[in-house]
Amino acid sequence: MRILSWAYLTLAYAFVFLPVFVLVVFSFQDGRLPVPPFKGFTLDWYAKVIGDEALMAALVNSLLVAVISSAVALVLGFLAAHALARVRLPGSALLRGVLIAPMTVSYLIIALGLLTVFNQLGLRPSLWATGIGHIVINLPLCFAISYAAMGDHQKSAERGARDLGAAEWQVLALVSAPMLAAPLAAAFFLSVTFSWDEFIIAFLLTRFDVTLPVEIWSMLKSGLSPATNAVGSLVFLVSVTLVILLELTVFRRAK
Amino acid sequence: MTAGVSIQAVSQRYGPATALDTVSLEIAAGEFVVLLGPSGCGKTTLLNIIGGFAEPTEGHVLIGGRDMAGVAPKDRPTTTVFQDYALFPHMSLCDNVAFGLRMRGTPRAARTAKAMAMLSLVGLDGRGDRRPHELSGGQRQRVALARALAVEPEVLLLDEPLGALDLKLRRQMQEELKTIQRRVGTTFVHVTHDQEEAMAIADRIVVMNAGRVEDFAPPREVYLHPKTLFTAGFMGEVNHIPVASGQAAFGPMPVPDGTLCIRPEAISAAGALRIGPCRVTDLAFFGTHVRAHVVPLAAPDLQLVVHLPQSAATAVGAVLDLGAESYVVLQA
Amino acid sequence: MSLAGQDRRLGWGLIAPALIWTAAFFILPFLAMVALSFAHMDGREAVQGFDPGNYVRIFTDPTMLGALWNSLEITAVVTVISVILAYPLAAIIAFRVPARWQRLALLLAVLPFWTSYVVRSYSWLLVLGQNGVLNKALQGLGLIAEPLEIASTRAATVIGFVHFFVMLLTLTIYANLIQLSPNYARAAQDLGANRWQTFTHVILPLTLPGVVTGAFLTFVLCIGDYITPQILGGNAELTLPQLIMLQLGRSGNFPLASALSVVLMAVVTLAYFASSRWLRLDRV
Repeated sequence: MRILSWAYLTLAYAFVFLPVFVLVVFSFQDGRLPVPPFKGFTLDWYAKVIGDEALMAALVNSLLVAVISSAVALVLGFLAAHALARVRLPGSALLRGVLIAPMTVSYLIIALGLLTVFNQLGLRPSLWATGIGHIVINLPLCFAISYAAMGDHQKSAERGARDLGAAEWQVLALVSAPMLAAPLAAAFFLSVTFSWDEFIIAFLLTRFDVTLPVEIWSMLKSGLSPATNAVGSLVFLVSVTLVILLELTVFRRAK
Repeated sequence: MTAGVSIQAVSQRYGPATALDTVSLEIAAGEFVVLLGPSGCGKTTLLNIIGGFAEPTEGHVLIGGRDMAGVAPKDRPTTTVFQDYALFPHMSLCDNVAFGLRMRGTPRAARTAKAMAMLSLVGLDGRGDRRPHELSGGQRQRVALARALAVEPEVLLLDEPLGALDLKLRRQMQEELKTIQRRVGTTFVHVTHDQEEAMAIADRIVVMNAGRVEDFAPPREVYLHPKTLFTAGFMGEVNHIPVASGQAAFGPMPVPDGTLCIRPEAISAAGALRIGPCRVTDLAFFGTHVRAHVVPLAAPDLQLVVHLPQSAATAVGAVLDLGAESYVVLQA
Repeated sequence: MSLAGQDRRLGWGLIAPALIWTAAFFILPFLAMVALSFAHMDGREAVQGFDPGNYVRIFTDPTMLGALWNSLEITAVVTVISVILAYPLAAIIAFRVPARWQRLALLLAVLPFWTSYVVRSYSWLLVLGQNGVLNKALQGLGLIAEPLEIASTRAATVIGFVHFFVMLLTLTIYANLIQLSPNYARAAQDLGANRWQTFTHVILPLTLPGVVTGAFLTFVLCIGDYITPQILGGNAELTLPQLIMLQLGRSGNFPLASALSVVLMAVVTLAYFASSRWLRLDRV
């Protein structure tokens, strides 16, 4: 039973890591195709990728959209969660349902809906349109995480602050938000990763200024290339660094 | 710095349930008043109404003569020491205590100085840099008190502030609360379900039951001359003896008709109101006194509880001739 | 104004931005899309109206029905395989791995989650392709003479999906398992249940909400995904999202794309109601 467990664990990890491993190894391929045999080690593809202006522009676009849309989603979600946790509003179950609803809908449908409306209004596809879509998908996440984190302990401290003369914005800024720093940071970074990685909304709602996933998608059209491996490995490196930093700072402290 | 609280015919209803039923109270400025009663009696509801955390269905609350209708907690001249203290976990003790002053726009230097002074008032000098989680329960309680007092409220509300502390610490904090209240002179309204705590600290006790005020008087008065059977029973153990047409079960009683209430410690051999010879059926040594169950020879069905002096040398089966030193007759 | 009234006004004020955003950019677009699904094409122009023609076409045209069926089949297979593979993995991490290593084990298990979504499918292409790592390895070992045709088949799509959803399900199931008091299992065994009975009668029912929530998310994400079938499955067979994208791209037939999306939405809604008894979406 014990041996079986460890064998299963090993196989599972092998399965999970296989594609990543292949991706990273062949990003160093000294040849035109990222498939066996491995012909030698080179950093040329990384140099090429970093020198690629369209790719770097897409990377900056992705970062901008991710950070700004996540910040907006977090603020909206946090305020809504605070309202529902603090005041007994009529139909609060329905309100929660409405705010969570986009989570259960395919991104493709959200994208198509927005595209329909923007077309009818005569708005051109743009990074702004993409950002709006990313707020729609991340708002439920930020709301749910904030709402789940607001316990009695939190409410009691807020009540204490009000009793001592704090106006509502002061309660939010000086008590609620700092007390929820860890879950709010988690919600923000999760949103950033989702937005950073999102393809279909960005694909349908951008035209000239594209995001990184869309740019990578267009690279794929020209077939397999170690350059794509290099981009993928770089994105992986950045994400993993972020996750590890988060793990070491925010979540360790929250424990 | 201090103000009276006038509660005028306040009722609180939640649907069909009545939490408070036409409660009226006049609390004087600088007074230490305890709201006492079993859980669910409405004492916390009343405190929340004074603090502005709930609004009465009917009636008015005046603080220092000013009607509080529609005034939010932050704009009231009251502050609260919460049951769970509600300290801000992400702030130092100093920042916690200075919070109220910060909200009032007091400059940093002034509010830090005030916070330090308040911390020293509650015996925590020099610990301003600590965080709440580094403190013991009793210390947190003191910080909550310092924080609420730092803004110099006219009325301080305390919601079972000692409930989470162990017995020994609770007795110690009661004395400190009383001392601090004398020092600052602020009106204190304190909620508890512990009648010993109430007697230890209150100038006057409000005994509440089922949303109504049963009694409102100084501790001695409430204990010795309760106005209702509920108060008599809630403040301590009491013997109930029904009296009708001047007759009790064991013989004539020269008191008005009703329920004769006698506390166990008020029964002794020397008591003026004679009960007559009683047989001891059970004895237990309690340290400060000897607790005995006795049955009057004339009424074998009536059992009385008596506190005999520590030195009493008696045994089960002995017959004692007893009388009551003090008593009160109440109507059911 | 009364205090309760002030509070309520404040509450509405705080929740309003989120509600307005959701209404303007989620509910309204969705309704617009539903309205558009009843329009028809006149040349390259969509003409609004109430024309159920698109829906009639979806449920009669063999290509469209086929795509719907492909999507349902792939999603069902992926969901079942992913749950079956993820449950033991989550259980091993929760019960066999020492407590202090569990967080690391979990972090490692979901690490590839952080590679770019598009790149993840592409990486599988490197593994499964005709000249890919897998074929080269098998040929090197002498196990096969000719390379296997895995890429551009349904098998590749399923493998790519399963890879992703095993990670997701391991997380949700682990979160459920770790919350269980070990006393449940102890009590069951104390009362005479063997390991298997303990699992089927106690552990599994208690973790069902986590499993169903994870499976529902898998279903929603899988059936609506365009990238994985497009990159790994190629155009050998179409799924619903691929068909929708084709309508948008090639013919610019927005009304038909909208109708297909409404059908996709309906399928997801059905799945939601089928599993709603056990769903805990607020606890993902």
